[in-house]
Amino acid sequence: MAVTDTAPAKAQTISHAHRRQTLVIGWLLLALAVFVAVFFAMPTTGTASFRLAFPGDLFTVPNLKVPAAPYAWIVAAVLAFFGVRQFLPGAAKWSGILFGIGLLLVVTAFLTWATAGKSFSLTGMLQATLIRAVPIALGGLAGVLSERVAVVNIAIEGMLLAGAFTGAVIGSLLGGTIGLIGAVLVGGAFGLLLAALVVTYRVDQIIAGVAINLLVLGLTSYVSSQVLTHYRSLNNAPVFRAIEIPFLSDLPVIGPVLFQHNLFVYGALIMVAIATYYLFYTRVGLRARAVGEHPEAADTLGINVYRLRYINVTLGGMVAGFGGAWFTLGSVGRFDDNMTAGRGFIGLAAMIFGRWHPVGALMAALVFGFADSLQQKLAILRTPIPAEFLAMAPYIATIVLVAGLIGRARAPAADGKPYVKE
Amino acid sequence: MSEQNGSDTLSTQLLKRAAPGRTDFEDLVILPVLAVVVALVLGGLIMLATGVSPSAIGRSFVALFRGSLGSLTAISETLTAAAPLTLAGLGIALGFRAGLFNIGAEGQVIMGGIAAVVIGFSFEGMPIWIHLPLALIVGALAGALWASIAGWLRAATGAHEVITTIMLNLIAMRLVDYLLRHPFIQKEGRADPISKNVLPSAELPHLLDWVDPALRLHAGFILVLLAVVFVWWLLFRTTTGFEFRAAGLNPDAARYAGMRSGLIIVLVMALAGALAGLAGANQVLGVLGRASPNFSGGVGFDAIAVALLGRSHPLGVLLAGLLFGALQAGGRQMQVSAGVSLDLIAIIQALIIIFIAAPILMRAVFSFALQKTAR
Repeated sequence: MAVTDTAPAKAQTISHAHRRQTLVIGWLLLALAVFVAVFFAMPTTGTASFRLAFPGDLFTVPNLKVPAAPYAWIVAAVLAFFGVRQFLPGAAKWSGILFGIGLLLVVTAFLTWATAGKSFSLTGMLQATLIRAVPIALGGLAGVLSERVAVVNIAIEGMLLAGAFTGAVIGSLLGGTIGLIGAVLVGGAFGLLLAALVVTYRVDQIIAGVAINLLVLGLTSYVSSQVLTHYRSLNNAPVFRAIEIPFLSDLPVIGPVLFQHNLFVYGALIMVAIATYYLFYTRVGLRARAVGEHPEAADTLGINVYRLRYINVTLGGMVAGFGGAWFTLGSVGRFDDNMTAGRGFIGLAAMIFGRWHPVGALMAALVFGFADSLQQKLAILRTPIPAEFLAMAPYIATIVLVAGLIGRARAPAADGKPYVKE
Repeated sequence: MSEQNGSDTLSTQLLKRAAPGRTDFEDLVILPVLAVVVALVLGGLIMLATGVSPSAIGRSFVALFRGSLGSLTAISETLTAAAPLTLAGLGIALGFRAGLFNIGAEGQVIMGGIAAVVIGFSFEGMPIWIHLPLALIVGALAGALWASIAGWLRAATGAHEVITTIMLNLIAMRLVDYLLRHPFIQKEGRADPISKNVLPSAELPHLLDWVDPALRLHAGFILVLLAVVFVWWLLFRTTTGFEFRAAGLNPDAARYAGMRSGLIIVLVMALAGALAGLAGANQVLGVLGRASPNFSGGVGFDAIAVALLGRSHPLGVLLAGLLFGALQAGGRQMQVSAGVSLDLIAIIQALIIIFIAAPILMRAVFSFALQKTAR
């Protein structure tokens, strides 16, 4: 790590912890190698056939055929090599990357095992991954924006739900675009409410978040059963159609995966880019991060801590409102009770995984979106693995990460602490 | 301002408030009552805004009262609904006292409930005086184990219990979805996820059968009263309870005084989980007779409000649990006789949490009546 020259004693403990972590990763990789060999390589026969092209594509690409058993053996061997490498000198530097590559290989081995003797649309799944990552990424981004100013945002789930509801109702009345604007505004309103409770009225951040989640769940369910069931036309919003980007969308594989999406996918990617620029390349962003790390120091330098917290948490709410609209305006057009179903909490997990960085949150959201879409496909492939366990994977992984078993995510220093101006 | 006492508790301020050392009458009695009243008034305004006619609103509030206190049946329903809320609320209050934020009661309720169901439908022919206690104890143990994961992680690695308990909640929900389809647990001949029925020998007996067999109040409520006394005794009459409270008020001082903070954290979480697990067992053995998806019905989240409203004092939690039980029972009556959705109660409960947790807001709004001692 980069701190070695300043504090030798501290560096010692860091390197010790690092060393232990490297060993843990080594053992994990070896265990994965055995797992892949026993469960994926030994019992499997046949060839997995991955469809890359959709019917009617401009360019046709042949199916990717992978012999399942040999591939699994190769993966097991590579994992074993990575694992052994962790026990040799100089391993610590590469352990994180190798572990990431190892996990990716396990997933590919799993897919070939599940597809052995069958055929499976890989492109379709990657496309679904990106789509399903949208609400998670936006939820994670909402979390990043508010936690960077040290406001813990448990209320992402509620903000998503509020966005979904508003999108459906206003979208049905006034059209999709105004519905989307309404969703963003209502999301922002709940962000503002969270900021007001937390900053001005000094409500505990966790309690405020839980209360907002319950409030939004109650409000949306109440209005849905009290009003929407009687006036069905209020819950029938138009859905945003996919925008095919000229030329690029015709590319094989990449086209359908990246360039044939609706507004929400492009919007999420753009928002991640803007948020990264805002937080890390602008003066206000630097101030916001200072507020999150050391509000007293920021205050001393004349930064208005309260105002920045208000602004960022409200912005986070707006982002979550946009993400919430995806559930209705971006996919099905109608609102159902509690339709976000814990996506906001996966967004929270994505934020932690992404180490409080917008791009990191997006990456983590893609992984979780992959797990989400895999869950749908597993039913098609008829694997013996229950979908529920795959659905748990993001949560279990988050616990493992938070516990620091593999790597350690560091929150902004003042995260969760109220600030009272002296 | 003691914002910077270096403690790693996320919410020193709140916990101080949730676990008051001094008896401030205004804080303890007037603010909670005001919060409930304001939430009810806002509930009325929300009804008005969604097109419910004023006369129907009037009827709703009458129904709310009738359905919770108006008859013997209503009181029985109130007590039945209050039981799981109070049990889980006691667990969360225990956590608050020790400086732990246990958002995971919902997951612990689910795990306790499912474990109690499994014991409840197995062991045919076992006498009730073994079967029922066994089911209750296993339910409590399951909740305790589930919560201990978060406690252990906090003690051993410093992983914050808020994040871990949120994740454990979600894992428990998926796990129960899976278990309810498992052939061992799923009821024979059913395609939907639903468990087998609890055997009569594991059911909590109804208390008022001799008056009217339709009254649902069951022996679980006696369990609740025992739990209230137990938690009070534990917190205020034992060394362990003193250590819990000391760890909550000032973790550093507690550590310097030689208290083993890691052990305290695990113990508190386990006890909180046991109480929540008991709440789940209480529901399946006393009311539902089986487990289905969402059988917990958000009890674990409402219990957070109960603990806050009860100021983390066992007696306060009992009173708050009774109030929330009354809201639930009355809300059902409201749905039947005034046609207002039960979800309104969820809104009112969420508003109560906000007002309780924001005394500064309440004092600002009611500045004409309350002292200006906002800290």
